[in-house]
Amino acid sequence: MTKMSMLNERHLQALRDIVGTEHVASSRTDRLTHSFDATQQHCMPDVVVHPKSTEEIAAIVQLAAKHRLPLLPRGAGSGFSGGALPVQGGIVLVLTRMNRILEIDTSNLIAVVEPGVVTARLQEAVERLGLFYPPDPASKEFSTLGGNVAECAGGPRCVKYGVTRDYVLGLTVVTPTGEIIRTGGRTIKNVVGYDLTRLFVGSEGTLGIVTEIILRLLPKPAAKRTMLATFTQIDGAAEAVSAIIRGKIIPTTLEFMDAGAIGCVRDLPGIDLPADCQALLIIEVDGEPAQLEPQLERIIELMQPLGLLATTIAQDAAAAEALWRVRRSVSPSLRKLGPNKFNEDIVVPRAKVPEMIRALEALSQRLALPIINFGHAGDGNIHVNLMVDLQEPGMEAKVQTALTEIFRTTVSLGGSVSGEHGIGLAKQPYIGLELDQPTLAVMQAIKAALDPLGIMNPGKIFPAESRLALAQGETV
Amino acid sequence: MSIHKELSAYRQELSACVRCGACQAQCPTYLATSKEGAAARGNLVLATELLAGRAELDAEAVRDLSLCLLCGACVHSCPNQVPTDAIVSVLRREISKKKGLGLLGKGVAALTGNPRLLGSLMRGAGLFSSLFFEKIPETSGLRLRFSPHTLQDRVFPPLPRQNMFARLPQKLPGRPDKPTLAFFAGCTISYLYPEIAEATVRVLQHLGYTVLVPRQQGCCGMPALSSGNGELLKQLVRANTAAFANLAVDHIITACASCGAALHQVHQAQHVQPGETGQDCTSFANKVMDIHVFLEKEGCLHTLADLLTTTTATSQRIKVCYHDPCHLKNHGVTREPRALLRTLPMVDYVEMDGAALCCGLGGTFSASQPDLSRTIADRKIEGLAASGAELVASGCPGCILQLTDIIHRAGLPMQAVHTMTLALAALEQALATKEEM
Repeated sequence: MTKMSMLNERHLQALRDIVGTEHVASSRTDRLTHSFDATQQHCMPDVVVHPKSTEEIAAIVQLAAKHRLPLLPRGAGSGFSGGALPVQGGIVLVLTRMNRILEIDTSNLIAVVEPGVVTARLQEAVERLGLFYPPDPASKEFSTLGGNVAECAGGPRCVKYGVTRDYVLGLTVVTPTGEIIRTGGRTIKNVVGYDLTRLFVGSEGTLGIVTEIILRLLPKPAAKRTMLATFTQIDGAAEAVSAIIRGKIIPTTLEFMDAGAIGCVRDLPGIDLPADCQALLIIEVDGEPAQLEPQLERIIELMQPLGLLATTIAQDAAAAEALWRVRRSVSPSLRKLGPNKFNEDIVVPRAKVPEMIRALEALSQRLALPIINFGHAGDGNIHVNLMVDLQEPGMEAKVQTALTEIFRTTVSLGGSVSGEHGIGLAKQPYIGLELDQPTLAVMQAIKAALDPLGIMNPGKIFPAESRLALAQGETV
Repeated sequence: MSIHKELSAYRQELSACVRCGACQAQCPTYLATSKEGAAARGNLVLATELLAGRAELDAEAVRDLSLCLLCGACVHSCPNQVPTDAIVSVLRREISKKKGLGLLGKGVAALTGNPRLLGSLMRGAGLFSSLFFEKIPETSGLRLRFSPHTLQDRVFPPLPRQNMFARLPQKLPGRPDKPTLAFFAGCTISYLYPEIAEATVRVLQHLGYTVLVPRQQGCCGMPALSSGNGELLKQLVRANTAAFANLAVDHIITACASCGAALHQVHQAQHVQPGETGQDCTSFANKVMDIHVFLEKEGCLHTLADLLTTTTATSQRIKVCYHDPCHLKNHGVTREPRALLRTLPMVDYVEMDGAALCCGLGGTFSASQPDLSRTIADRKIEGLAASGAELVASGCPGCILQLTDIIHRAGLPMQAVHTMTLALAALEQALATKEEM
């Protein structure tokens, strides 16, 4: 990766003048502790800045533009695609000090927040008022809303409630030229000009820095029930997902685990699964209490012919938590299978989930690679985990073969190579499998128009020309 | 031992950090500062780079490592249970070795290598003086925690006229059919709150247990661990291991959450040279058990409930909430102290918001980082005030000390007490009522 940054003492002093000396950090230690994200890759920034306001950020971006310094926004640094890695060095803008919930408007069902607010803290605050902010990425206890907006985060509840983009009504953004712009607003309806809000949501910090977010809220559902359903084989569980949706029921969450994922947690204390259980679903329904029991009964009825082994319905919150423990224990247990994890988040149309799972199983057997699948089956989002030891000779190539085949199958089924993690660095080689050249050209034209100097989170989403051409050559 | 040798013992644990960021959610310092360098993930990256020789202990590294409370919240919330607290402790010892014990001033340095540690502990114990430091032995963690300048502006309990060793005999006999237990008090209980020791051992005695209170016990080592004083730590480990080595007991009971956690950590030989202290050390660590866990495990809560059958009029019940000490909560102990409180007839238990939030004391942390310590502490105020409780109970005298300070500064109409103090009060009330009948 080429390093274009040439930050000097004069730049540092200018940054100190903007945000104050204590919020500019350029020692080796400070740069080191901001050099990574959840991809476990490392890229050293030149300086770490903790701004406190939109105006400070605008001044920093203007400085960066003037001196052609790369910069990128960072929230919790918990992304899985490398969005927060400063691949060309430069300025890392950490937005965690901007963590105020500015407003919760119970009449208009709106929250206005700064980007550094941790997702779960907003959820707690609105739920105290009987309201609800549905997007619930697994990292919600530490990931920030700014990061959620940048990656368009999802989560288990998306099957019923949609993803982050469905809740963002308006944004304040500092553009790569240092202008402060406002998109959308406080109303559900708004068709004045282009929908820039949607453009910025999921733009991975490449088009600007979001400094204020207007979010749509819902009334909090009165009740929720949780059920665990076990199956004799994965096909049955995968078919059940489609059957439930065809049955005109949209559960709040519809999570699945395959035999490999079950194998990882089966022996953990407190987890009790039937011996012949080869797949399971965790199903939640929410709404008025009286509706829930009949919904669960109908779901059981729909699953019955599909190799259903047993169902357990939690009678209280503690029992529901115990059921969720089965699912939450998977990720931490994966390391047993191999020290290196390739964690992909493909998504296919719901009805194609059985086919996708069959393809993954066949691939796992053919290449003799452990592939563990679990995730948000209800919206077709499957977390595919390749657990390997890269020290084994030839493993690296084997993994690349497997990943390319997985992504090809995903796209051929009408799916996407990333449902909720983003492209960042990690998935660049595969973007061409899904997007054709004219589509990519439109995206790159937008990037060039907004960021003519190429300073805003450079090196992300779009691969270098040569690699892109290769990937596209392979598709046709 | 070189840092490489000591740190490299953690090579596997360091590689188990997957940089997910889950530690941020629970780290009291990260929540107060919003800076990555303060969270476990930042510390672990730093440790990894130090081990690889690609980083050095510059001023910023020293600063970041000094921000850890050693509360263990990150370990508890980590999907791979990376022992960041132990790793930070190793690095702090290296910092002290390289740069001296600067963080807490000369008080700590004076202790290093003192050959008469235990002797002075014992002599100091019996003296009375109006001056705090003349009453506290030089090895005591209290000295490291509360150097004279940090005592200013802090509410401190009146020093008891007699410390625990003067108040309690070496052996409190129980019933012959019941096992014998040993009690480890720790400095805060021994010298500031001896009544907690008294409450704990008396309740155990009421339940039929024989309790031994060895005279040779010293500081648990937490403040030495926290300030990076490796030499002192080794001396304390040896002294405490020896003090309890020849007692025929299955359990060593603690009523101080931090002492319990420290004894487990340091005596499992994580922080001392392997082979130096040997088997006794591990066996000591395995016997250490928190009083609440013991009472629950041994079914004592049922026995207590039977002893407390006298009903207290609803009007006489006191509203009590509970504060989770980090060193119980982060070891999975949250249910047991609440179960004890609910067993007591005069307690009207209410759960407060933010019961699990750290009090901010953190061993030497309140001395080395007074402002940050108060910022962390102030997060408790809202929950305490909203609880409407007259008493906030806890299972750690350090937390009680800090809660007292928080309550005083916020002007709240409540007091902080130990759960065992309430348990003894309930027992004595019940016995008095029975005598009247």
